[in-house]
Amino acid sequence: MSEVLIAGKSVSVNEEGYLTDPSQWNREIAEQIAAEVNITLTPKHWEVLEYLREKQQAGEMLNIRKIGKSGIVDIKEFYQLFPGGPLKNASKIAGIPKPASCI
Amino acid sequence: MKKLLILGAGTAGTMMLNKLRHRLDKKEWEITIVENDPNHYYQPGFLFVPFGIYNKTEIVKPKADFFPNHIHAVWDEVVKIEPENNQVLLKNNDPLAYDVLLIATGCTPDPAETPGLQGELWEKDIFTFYTYEGSCALHDKLENWEGGKLVINIVDMPIKCPPAPLEFTFLAEAFFTNKGMRDKVDITFVTPMSGPFTKPVASKMLSGLLAERNIHSVHDFYIEKVDEANKKIVSYDEKEVPFDLLITIPTNKGAAMVAASGLDEGDDLNFAVTDKHTLQSKQFENIFVIGDATNLPASKAGSVAHFEGEVLTENILEFIAGKPLTHQFDGHSNCFIETGYGQASVIDFNYEVQPLPGKFPVPGIGPLSLLGISRINHWGKLAFKWAYWNMLLKGIPFPISTNMSMAGKEEEAATEA
Repeated sequence: MSEVLIAGKSVSVNEEGYLTDPSQWNREIAEQIAAEVNITLTPKHWEVLEYLREKQQAGEMLNIRKIGKSGIVDIKEFYQLFPGGPLKNASKIAGIPKPASCI
Repeated sequence: MKKLLILGAGTAGTMMLNKLRHRLDKKEWEITIVENDPNHYYQPGFLFVPFGIYNKTEIVKPKADFFPNHIHAVWDEVVKIEPENNQVLLKNNDPLAYDVLLIATGCTPDPAETPGLQGELWEKDIFTFYTYEGSCALHDKLENWEGGKLVINIVDMPIKCPPAPLEFTFLAEAFFTNKGMRDKVDITFVTPMSGPFTKPVASKMLSGLLAERNIHSVHDFYIEKVDEANKKIVSYDEKEVPFDLLITIPTNKGAAMVAASGLDEGDDLNFAVTDKHTLQSKQFENIFVIGDATNLPASKAGSVAHFEGEVLTENILEFIAGKPLTHQFDGHSNCFIETGYGQASVIDFNYEVQPLPGKFPVPGIGPLSLLGISRINHWGKLAFKWAYWNMLLKGIPFPISTNMSMAGKEEEAATEA
């Protein structure tokens, strides 16, 4: 774990760059992490990020399948919004821990 | 008489039936188990049947042979649990009332979840070894297969026995080498995860082994469909992997009646929402869940069901006595990983601690090497079949502690990975 400066704010992140305390997150931080993976956040992105934060806070397990059934995006759109590893990237931008959906 | 009802007589249900019958007063508690399939399959054997290491008859026995005396068995299908009425509806029999309910209905692969899997190529060029029938059909296919592109694909997580797809891959590589046709087979392991295994130190070791055996590895591949005409698997982000022979590990789902009873998470995977430490349902205090049927962030494996069983027996007894549940499951999992050529590795981990190198079960001595590859580990895996039929199902304790122990493990390996 280490302290880094993102969008002018000091936050703690783990070795993979995930925020370890979701309460340190804000929209500017999200925009900067997104920029690092070449994503410009649109309203649709924000809807997904808010959904992820809400579910994480409720203690629910997150996986791609569940996001595909969220009513916000289907799995294909989720991949288009966050290319590569959508759940990994979206979680990092949302300031929540990397989902442990892979057991 | 009070009634304890167990749904499912697989590994977890049968083991709990034996443990609870032994511990509950026969004058006070009636125990009933509901099951639809009369055959008990030794599921770890599904991995070996395709390669002729086990034959298909030695991994099936009648379930009833493992039931203790003084219990009732109802051979029927569960339609729905009605938790508000403390009763279970069955397909062909009258509803069964309960004071305490234990759900042990496991999980099964569902190839229908992925378009094109169960189409015209099913059991011609697309197989799964995750069922008894599939494993036997694949054995017949491999006997005469002349080679080409062999692709092993995990559709989604979680799956039963997470190391099995990799073990299959290693065993296949050795099988074709021993047949003298390895040069005719191109092997690719395709997974939705970011590496060959779920935990970092083990993943690093296994990814090295794949490279050493000249097996291609494609990760972060989340399959959308099979392109049947062109024999390719296609991911949601439009990556493609061509195959001649596809071994699929389909989406694993819990029993549909779990969702029909409103006990799941609502993601249509049908896993029952369970407290990860006490194994009690999060919705109803007189319902408990064990094994593959739970939504716990632990492996879906027989060893996990075994360690859960030790905790759950005590918690059910405490619940019945009106006491708080004091026994906690730590996520302990322990599995052999076959690596081919008569050798295997062993991993031991829990919710918090990933698999690490070391010696097991006696710290510093072994004889099994954690994360190492040895012949004795492979013998351990083969010997387990005897222990499964003769000890585990009958609820006889194993000489391995229920909570994972750090003794004998090399902690520094975690920081190096």
